[in-house]
Amino acid sequence: MIPPEVHRQLRQAHAEGNYQPLLQLIPYAGLIGIECKRDGDDLLFSLPASKHNIGNPLLPAIHGGVIAGFMELSAALYLMIFSESATVPKIIDFSIDYLRAGHFRDTHARCQLWRQGRRVTNVAITAWQGSEQEPIATARAHFKIEELPVPLK
Amino acid sequence: MLAMAERFLGALPHCQLLQMRVHHADAKGMTLVLPYSTQIIGNPHTGAIHGGALTTLMDTTCGMATLCALAEFEVCPTLDLRIDYMHSAKAGLDIFGYAQCYRVTRDVIFTRGMAYQDDREQPIAQVVGTFMRLGKGVKGGLNFGNSLKERNQ
Repeated sequence: MIPPEVHRQLRQAHAEGNYQPLLQLIPYAGLIGIECKRDGDDLLFSLPASKHNIGNPLLPAIHGGVIAGFMELSAALYLMIFSESATVPKIIDFSIDYLRAGHFRDTHARCQLWRQGRRVTNVAITAWQGSEQEPIATARAHFKIEELPVPLK
Repeated sequence: MLAMAERFLGALPHCQLLQMRVHHADAKGMTLVLPYSTQIIGNPHTGAIHGGALTTLMDTTCGMATLCALAEFEVCPTLDLRIDYMHSAKAGLDIFGYAQCYRVTRDVIFTRGMAYQDDREQPIAQVVGTFMRLGKGVKGGLNFGNSLKERNQ
């Protein structure tokens, strides 16, 4: 279960648009260097270019697994903020389509919550580099969540 | 095969960051190992590693399984990858990734595999991935393939 204190921190992070305290709790977030900022009512996730994230040294290109991990983590963080689940969203399955090579440059991602049931959510994630209209990968994931016994708001 | 796989894996910076190693490689399939590390934790409450690190392991394992199926090295970028999470990974235990190619066509290679920890009969994830054959003439591909071969002798 997510303690009430953490729920309070999540709401505060979103209200202030400062997600750093949330990201600092997750070692993998620091390893790949994910960033998150508020974009109106939405969240914009970024993965600054890092030589540690390279998979193909010849192009060079970001490792496909890092792109997937960045997108999966984006979806989980998005749900932490928007689904108000009583528990940390637990990944059920994840499917990614690679559309273009992820070059050695900054990558961005946006999430779309297509369906939130009582137990399962369906999230789509789009990742791009130069133009949002030219995604490098699209993914979708199911996460298991749990409804809070009482509404937060 | 093992030596070639080790050189291939050694050339991937992000896999080096995760300290991934080749566990076993033969004509049938590829087994890699992802050592447990606190830097890839996704859930700080349980110490379980993040799905993104698992995805990197499985993308790499499925991709390297193409080495088992092809007579000569070809660059094979991932078209798509799907991961079904069977169980949470236990904290403190290394993760093994196994993959094999079950169909090789002129353009595409179909792979499947699984990730497990102490019990191979209880996989923590099942994976399918499709890879595109770019042939031997692509940028960097031939030279990289030759470099693997030459050092192999």
